[in-house]
Order: sequence, then C-alpha cells, then structure tokens
Amino acid sequence: MQNYFGYQGTVLRVNLTEKTIKKEELNLDDALKFIGGRGLGTKILMDEVDPKTDALSTENKLIFATGPLTGTSTPTGGRYMVITKSPLTGTVACSNSGGYWGAEFKFAGYDAVIIEGKSEEPVYLNIADDIVEIKDASFVWGKTAGETTAAFEEVYGKKVRVATIGPAGERLSKISGIMNDRGRAAGRSGVGAVMGSKNLKAIVVRGTGKVNVNDALKLKEAFSKSMAKIRENGVTGQGLPTYGSAVLVNIINENGVLPTNNFQESYFDKADEISGETLAEKFMKKKDPCYRCPIGCGRYCEVDGIEGSGPEYETIWGFGSDCGVSDLGAIIKANYWCNEYGLDTISASATIAAAMELYQKGYIKKEDLEGAPELIWGNAEAVVEWTKLMGQVKGLGAKMAEGSYRLCESYGVPELSMSVKKQEMPAYDPRGIQGIGLNYATSNRGGCHVRGYMISPEILSLPQGLDRFATDEKAEWTKIFQDFTASIDAVGLCLFTSFAMGADDYADLYNSICGTKLTGNEFIEIGDRIWNLERLYNLKAGIDPSEDTLPKRLLEEPISAGPSTGHVNKLSVTLPQYYKARGWTEKGIPTEEKLTLLGLEAFK
Amino acid sequence: MNITVKLFATLREGRGKILEMECKEGTRIRDILHDLKIEEKEVAILLKNGISSKMDVVPSCGDYLSIFPPVGGG
Repeated sequence: MQNYFGYQGTVLRVNLTEKTIKKEELNLDDALKFIGGRGLGTKILMDEVDPKTDALSTENKLIFATGPLTGTSTPTGGRYMVITKSPLTGTVACSNSGGYWGAEFKFAGYDAVIIEGKSEEPVYLNIADDIVEIKDASFVWGKTAGETTAAFEEVYGKKVRVATIGPAGERLSKISGIMNDRGRAAGRSGVGAVMGSKNLKAIVVRGTGKVNVNDALKLKEAFSKSMAKIRENGVTGQGLPTYGSAVLVNIINENGVLPTNNFQESYFDKADEISGETLAEKFMKKKDPCYRCPIGCGRYCEVDGIEGSGPEYETIWGFGSDCGVSDLGAIIKANYWCNEYGLDTISASATIAAAMELYQKGYIKKEDLEGAPELIWGNAEAVVEWTKLMGQVKGLGAKMAEGSYRLCESYGVPELSMSVKKQEMPAYDPRGIQGIGLNYATSNRGGCHVRGYMISPEILSLPQGLDRFATDEKAEWTKIFQDFTASIDAVGLCLFTSFAMGADDYADLYNSICGTKLTGNEFIEIGDRIWNLERLYNLKAGIDPSEDTLPKRLLEEPISAGPSTGHVNKLSVTLPQYYKARGWTEKGIPTEEKLTLLGLEAFK
Repeated sequence: MNITVKLFATLREGRGKILEMECKEGTRIRDILHDLKIEEKEVAILLKNGISSKMDVVPSCGDYLSIFPPVGGG
C-alpha cells in the first residue's frame, strides 16, 4: 500500500445484512478530485446508491466520512460528515459535526466507513484501531444519547468516543440526527432515521494512530498564519469565544429579521431575554470546545439541575422567538431533550412553531393534545414537553416527528411549513436578507444556512458589507459562498474559521498536509464540483428545479413590523441570475459544458 | 434632540444596555460614540433604526442606534 498524506488510505465497508466487514483502499483519484468528507462521501453515494432509492430502505447507505485535515493539528481539524440519501428531503444529505469523534475515528486508521444493508437485531459497530466488530446493541436500544454514551464508557472506558442515535432515530423520526460526544450532532436532514432503519445504534471508536503530514515545516508556517488570523479577527478571536453563536439573537433582531411565531413576524420584543448576553450572564457554566479549536464557541449550560452542551443560536431562535418563548431556561431544557432523544434542534423547534400556528388557526384541536401543554405562542412548558413527545414519537408527537412539512400537509396546509424541500429553514428571515433567501432556495439539502452563509456579508459585513435589501450581485456571492463552504466541509475544518481565513489559507494547510499544489481559486473550484455533483444527484432523485423556492409567505407577505417592514424576498429576480452564475440552463440544469469543465461529464 | 443608543455584547460593560442621550442638532454618530468613550475600531455593526449606517451620518430626533462589537456565528 502506498504512503498516504492527510488520508489514512482505508475505507471501511460494513454490510449489516451479511455481517461482513471489509477494508478497502481509498480511491486517491476521487480524493484529489473531491478532497474528502462531504465531497468524497457524495461521490461514493452517487456511485453506489440509486438516487431514486427509498431513503429508509436497505438499499440506502450511510457514509461517515472525514476530511484529510480531520485529526491533524490544523485549527478546528476535527470534523466528520454523514452522507446519505435524506428521508426528510429526498435529496442528498450531508450533516456535519464537530466534537472529538471524527478525529478519533481517523486515528483508528480510516478515512470513511460505508454502512450497507440492515441488521435484523439492534447492533453497534466497535472500532479500536485494527479491530472492527459488529456487536449486539440490545443493552442500549431505547436509551437516550447520554445514557448510551455512558453505557459504552462503562464497557470500554472513558476515552472511548461514541456517535449514537437516540430513541427518535430508532423510531425513524425524519428530523432525527446522530449525536456524538453527547452534545454534538450531525443533526440535519434525518440522518438519524437512516441509521435507525439499519438497526445500527452507535459507532464506538478508539484510535491510537496519527495522520501523516507531507511537509511539516510548511504546515507549521500555514498553521501559524491561520492561527494569527483567527486570533486577530474580532469574530473568531473575541465575539464567538465570549458569547458563542447565541450573540446573534440581538444582532438579527435589531435588523428586524429574527423570525417570530413561525415567520408570521420578524421582530421579537423580548429578544434580549433569550440573547447570548443573557445566556452568558445567567446560565453558562463553562465553555465546551471541539477538537483543536482555538475559537471555542461551544457553551455548556445548566438550569434546574439539567445541564449539557448548547444551546446554539439556531436552537435559541427556534424554541425561542419562533415559538414566541422568552424563557431561556425552557429553551436550554428543550435543547437538552433534543440532544438526549437525538432530534435536530432546528427542525424540532420549527416543527413546534408550525404546530402552534396550526393550533392558532384551528387545524390542531385541543383534544388532539391529549392533555399535553397547549400549543400557544409563548408557552415555555409546551416547547419542553412537545420536544419530549416528538423524541418519544408519541401521539401527536409522532406526527410532528415527521417534520413540519408532513405535519402541515396532513392538515391540508403545507404552506404553513417554513421549509425548503421539506427541511425547516433556520433563524434568518429571507425577506429582509435577499442573499440568504437565495441560498435557502438553492441549498442542495433543503432549508439550510450553512451551505452558503450569506449572513456574513449581508449582516456581519464580512469580508465586506452588502446591502441586505438589494438583489444585485447576490447570485454571484451566493455561488462563491456555497462553493467555498463545500471545500471547507470537505477538508474537515469548521465553517467558523472562514470568518477569519481566506481560500489561500485553506489551500496552504491542505497542500502542506497532502502534498498537493492547489491555489486558493482551485480550492474553491473543487467546491463547485462538489456542489454540481450534489445537484446532479438531486435531479436524478427527481427533485425538480421548481423546488428551488421559498414558502409563499416569504415571497408574498411583506414583513409587517420592525426595521425590515414592507420587504418580501425577491427570488424571482435572483434565481435566474443564480442559474446563470452557476453555468446552468435557465431551467436550473447544469450544462454539458459546465459538467465537462468540472470533470463530471460521466454523471450527467 | 433625543437619541436612543442600544449597546450589545462587550460594549455594555460599564455603560449599560439602553442609553437615552440628549444631543445637539447636527451631532454625528461618530460624536455620540466619542461621548460614550467607544472607539470606532471597537464597532463592527452600526445600525440606525435597524438599517446599516455610517459614522458620519447625522441622526434625527427619536432615532435609535444599535451598536455591536465584532461578533457573529450561526
């Protein structure tokens, strides 16, 4: 076997039907073309899983993939991604997580693991360097993520790293994620349900190896340069370390784009009560950083004897203003139960918000609640209790565990679901921020902010300020942000580094580790390739470009109060510009020319 | 004229959250920050009535400013 740099050179293939485990050599051509993580995982999915496959059938595969920088000394180099076909959206799914599991998995000697088939009985995968075994998981089946992690620590010792589903994933909730290191999540797009559908409870890892570096001296230089930028940047050096992502609550609200009461409003007059400032003052116990992270945005909070990681900004928004709730303690509890049951906090909270609107409008009746707290705006008890009921997939909670789109559709009003491609949108009202709306509409995994974080230029003025109400140039910016993000995901670094680092910095780190010679522009171009491959997968899956849209409310009903009053999202202006910027036809299909340019002609 | 200044994150330290300020006509945002002993380089996001603004702008009576140090996330 050749000597690999950055990569371990081995991909595990585990078939749960046949109970077989194979160690295959990494396809280095694919690795160079798609880097790793999200890129490599999508390539494997495209090669091996028919896009028309039912996401919860045995034919779907679940791929855990690291990037070449995962497990290295690079700042935030600990990410892993879960790639599969999503049961929530029907699109390609790629959920990205931090913590420590990804680096540990890499230390065990693997770049990725492909899970195939379905076990008859609940099992878990135990990986300890060369040892890889499929084992009986009946003793942890039904347990929460925290209980499961504790149980494996009993068996294998405290140093073990655990990625597990909670009861929600076991019961195939389409908004369930995969938890690792207790409080970190590959949360979005229902990847937990795919794991549950295979009767795979957890992947337990211990690794003692390391990652080979091509040029240690060059890495030292690139590392110092990146670290200096991260430390000197106001956001990564001060803002995020001091307040975590929750500091956004006030910023977004002051701009009048904090979705409130299921996007019926966009300004929450009690925002300060649920802000990052209040979190730091009243509830934060300590910081909770990920592997080799100089930023340390993670929070660890406590309320009424409940403690754990989080909550993040998106979670505070979802259970907070989007449900009209100003009780930060209740939000911390709802976040805790999401982590324990293994629910995506964005989709879970946005689904409760949708249920509250269904209740407000009389679609959900009081008797449907079966004695659970009333789904009325601002009811703090309701967000906690309904999170539990969704996690237990019980009663009306079972219907809600399918996500807001299917919930609202069951009452004949799918338009009340604030989602794109059936995945709930996060915490920024696109009526007052044109670019983020275009990003939501075109994201390859449905409603999502971390495919192309246009909040950075439109609200935070990073790397430069753009007029948030204007449509000019938003298509080009969105495309670049989407491509750049795909490359950052693929190498295995955290997106937050991009507040401080530029494309050349990533290319320098990647080159010094892998021995490649990419320029910053070429680094971003790989993201373009990944983006187009994802798009092709979705098109083959039958996702029509007409689904590149936003809920009617955001296109037709102007914001009624606050600083963004009167605005709607002008997607009809920006979408055609975006298709053009992407080199796609006016119907949103990648052209042959474009695919040839990207070396993707085989997939058209 | 009266201007409301809303401060956030670390800018609140020693200053408070919401300040009601009495300013002379023609006072620029820059001058208001100077009075509050906030250095311009400490300001990353500056909003007037919720809309992005600039240091040289002269606010009108009843306007409110929202001022943030470099912060972000998501």
